[in-house]
Amino acid sequence: MELSELWFVLIAVVFIGFFFLEGFDFGVGMSSRFLAWNQAERTVMVNTIGPFWDANEVWLLTGGGAIFAAFPNWYATMFSGYYLPLFVVLLCLIGRGVSFEFRRKVENTRWTNIWDWVIFVSSLLPPFLLGVLFTSMLKGMPIQKDMNMAAGFTDFINIYSLWGGLTVTLLCLLHGLHFLTLKTDGDIRMRASKLAKKINLAVLGSLVVFVGLSWTMTDIFQVRLISELIIVVLIVLVYCAGFYAISTKREGWAFTMSGLGLALTVSAIFVGLFPRVMISSISKAFDLTVYNASSGAYSLKVMTIVAFTILPFVLGYTIWSYYIFRKRVTDKEHLTY
Amino acid sequence: MDPVLLARVQFAATTIFHFFFVPLSIGLVLMVAVMETLYVVKKEKLYKKMAKFWGHLFLINFAVGVVTGIIQEFQFGMNWSDYSRFVGDVFGAPLAIEALLAFFMESTFIGLWIFGWERLSKKLHLACIWLVSLGTTLSAIWILTANSFMQVPVGFSINNGRAEMNDFLALITNGQLLVEFPHVITGAICTGAFFMAGISAINLIRKRHLAFYKRSMKLALIFGLIGSIGVALSGHSQAQYLVKTQPMKMAAAEGIWEDTEDPAPWSMFAIIDSRNQENTFEINIPYALSFLSYSKFEGGLKGMETLQQEYQTKYDSVVGEGTNYIPPVKTTYWSFRLMIGFGVLMILLPIIGLYLFRKGRLENSTLLLRFFVPAIAFPFLANTFGWMMTEVGRQPWTVFGLMTTADAVSPNVPAGMVLFSTILYLVVFTILLGVMVYLMVREVKKGPEQLSGDRKHQSTDPFKVGA
Ligand code: HDD
Ligand code: HEM
Ligand code: HEM
Repeated sequence: MELSELWFVLIAVVFIGFFFLEGFDFGVGMSSRFLAWNQAERTVMVNTIGPFWDANEVWLLTGGGAIFAAFPNWYATMFSGYYLPLFVVLLCLIGRGVSFEFRRKVENTRWTNIWDWVIFVSSLLPPFLLGVLFTSMLKGMPIQKDMNMAAGFTDFINIYSLWGGLTVTLLCLLHGLHFLTLKTDGDIRMRASKLAKKINLAVLGSLVVFVGLSWTMTDIFQVRLISELIIVVLIVLVYCAGFYAISTKREGWAFTMSGLGLALTVSAIFVGLFPRVMISSISKAFDLTVYNASSGAYSLKVMTIVAFTILPFVLGYTIWSYYIFRKRVTDKEHLTY
Repeated sequence: MDPVLLARVQFAATTIFHFFFVPLSIGLVLMVAVMETLYVVKKEKLYKKMAKFWGHLFLINFAVGVVTGIIQEFQFGMNWSDYSRFVGDVFGAPLAIEALLAFFMESTFIGLWIFGWERLSKKLHLACIWLVSLGTTLSAIWILTANSFMQVPVGFSINNGRAEMNDFLALITNGQLLVEFPHVITGAICTGAFFMAGISAINLIRKRHLAFYKRSMKLALIFGLIGSIGVALSGHSQAQYLVKTQPMKMAAAEGIWEDTEDPAPWSMFAIIDSRNQENTFEINIPYALSFLSYSKFEGGLKGMETLQQEYQTKYDSVVGEGTNYIPPVKTTYWSFRLMIGFGVLMILLPIIGLYLFRKGRLENSTLLLRFFVPAIAFPFLANTFGWMMTEVGRQPWTVFGLMTTADAVSPNVPAGMVLFSTILYLVVFTILLGVMVYLMVREVKKGPEQLSGDRKHQSTDPFKVGA
């Protein structure tokens, strides 16, 4: 395997990490508006992700940084081409980050409520927009000979990309609900568990439609028929297993399944792309691939050594921090956020 | 409007804003770590109170620091895509390493520190804050590695029309980095120290929580003195390095049009006429520039006119005939003056403060304490002017000697889009800054006894069942 191919895999892994982790805190943020019946419950929900959300977000930053370092042309084309959706994502991440810290710094219901609305909106939009972004990447964007992309409105926004956005949002929501069944108790836990069952069915439905759309609107099933079919079957199995698990109160398993589901969905996207990193809708010759978009061999070698040295530590202390905060969160204790 | 200008305005506005919070985070977290260490070692409750109170202010600032940083990470691709294509091979690496090595560490251990007061043993909890401090320092090292490459490109070769890394070691031992990093870190220590000193001074004037704020003041003065002397020494080494690597920037920072006499005087004040390339009025301190540049009282500097000719023979083949290599002189000149001016004030204040403290007279020296209040702003201003000098003085280059700013911008992003996003960023930033200042003032008014996070959770909704 060439190093540039290895980096394609590593970047896929980082995005899997991102959706697996930040996926649930997006989900918790999204459900905070309707799953919680009052502010006190919302406080409990926010505190379940309190110690984690920031580190989860760093997976996205690392993904961006890794694309920059390993595939400068991919980074340049994607980030300048998707200017507007990315700008909205960034505004959301700004709002989200400060809301957690600010929401209870003033003892006033109105104050807290404002920031809670920010948390809701800014947990809903990013997964949707990132879904739109990744699916429109699969479909292909108008990338010209000079690798620059000049996209019009319908290139971003069409049935396929919107459905992709919706699906990713639902996947995150479900994952967040499962997380809540693990980390809360009493009423919230019950409600989360009940809602998760319904959302799980919606997820299955929207995934089926999404696979159908992908079949007609992209070439991923022509390019990688066998592997994509295997992944699709696995995804369906995983979500059925998740449904069974939550119905029988096996919350840990349900969470694992929705996490696996997200991981498989991201894999489906990256497998479909490979060896391309950005598909040109103008001409095959203008596709960016792992070969023509990557950094030089030296740079990739340095980055490989660095990544494999640091990543074990990161994983180690991340797991440790989840272990430290393994207890369920209730309003009987001191809540920081 | 010109897309290059807009992209520059956006970059300048967002990094300057990010760098309001960065040095305060780096400086405060270090002092909080020291306080908690004192608590664990000496087992004095007062130190725990200090760590909690200043830690609280640190966290409010940290949150804004983090969210303003996120946009920086994506900005290179969004606004400077041709730049990213050209140097991504070299420049992307430190950014990726920063995320992997520093951001994960900062964010994970800050979570453990905030939520871990009751769940972790004292020593583990202490280790967490030190790891956050280490994380912020590592973050500075790696982003400055990237920045140093733009100032003094090393460790690369040009292949197929783009810069490719060929020596990682050269990149991280870049002479520019070795002088820039100590300067930025000591500047950050000053920022934390003067912030703490100013707030302590306000409370000492009003005679509130005397024991608490006296102890805080002492710590702040010590750090302020170490920081400000450090920043001056490292600034001196930077100036010496600058004369060798970017003489044009130094000439602009000094307003030198023609070669100086030997030994060279340091210009304290000058009225600069950029159009006619001359200074119509100046006040000079003899010998001082020679000392700043070479650490001895001899040696002249080249002027901008000479350098323009030298650069033309050297670089016109890279960027085109007749390029103007002279940066905006007045901005560079005055930024440099202001930074140094604040630097001098920042050395004097802690010296006088510590002297009075030893005599036991500080808490009654209202006049001096009053000075410390506006002094909160000094390091923030000095930091900003420092970066203005460094970055504006580098113009017209984005990467010195390799790529001009005009060539770096994204060709496919319409100017209107950049303008729109810049305006929205500015609106959001203004709100953020306002809220942050409001919250900090509130916390300070409440005092160290009752912090907002410390109250037990109360149900605020009277309709909640069982409330
Ligand atoms: C000398 C130090 C320094 C400088 C010059 C910069 N930063 Fe910064 N940055 C930090 C020092 C720092 C920090 C101390 O690590 C921060 C600030 C406060 C904080 O919360 O972490 C941070 C936060 C921060 C974050 C959020 C990290 C998180 O989620 O935890 C990102 C993505 C960036 N920065 C990226 C950048 C980029 C791309 C810069 C270049 C234009 C930049 N920063 C300049
Ligand atoms: C956080 C502290 C920083 C501040 C306050 C700062 C300030 C500025 C300013 C004022 C400009 C505009 C100069 C002009 O156009 O006249 C600029 C440009 C720029 N800086 Fe910095 N800078 C900082 C850090 C960095 C770092 C760490 C990097 C690299 C990693 C960097 C990369 C750039 C780039 C790419 C541009 C745009 C191109 C250009 O105008 O030269 N800056 N910065
Ligand atoms: C006291 C005398 C000082 C001297 C002689 C000095 C010298 C310098 C020089 C020569 C540069 C430009 C380096 C370059 O372009 O490569 C610089 C940049 C800078 N200075 Fe200072 N400085 C002083 C004080 C301060 C103070 C008090 C602060 C803030 C607390 C500060 C913060 C900065 C920052 C943030 C930069 C930009 C980053 C960098 O290039 O290091 N400086 N300084």
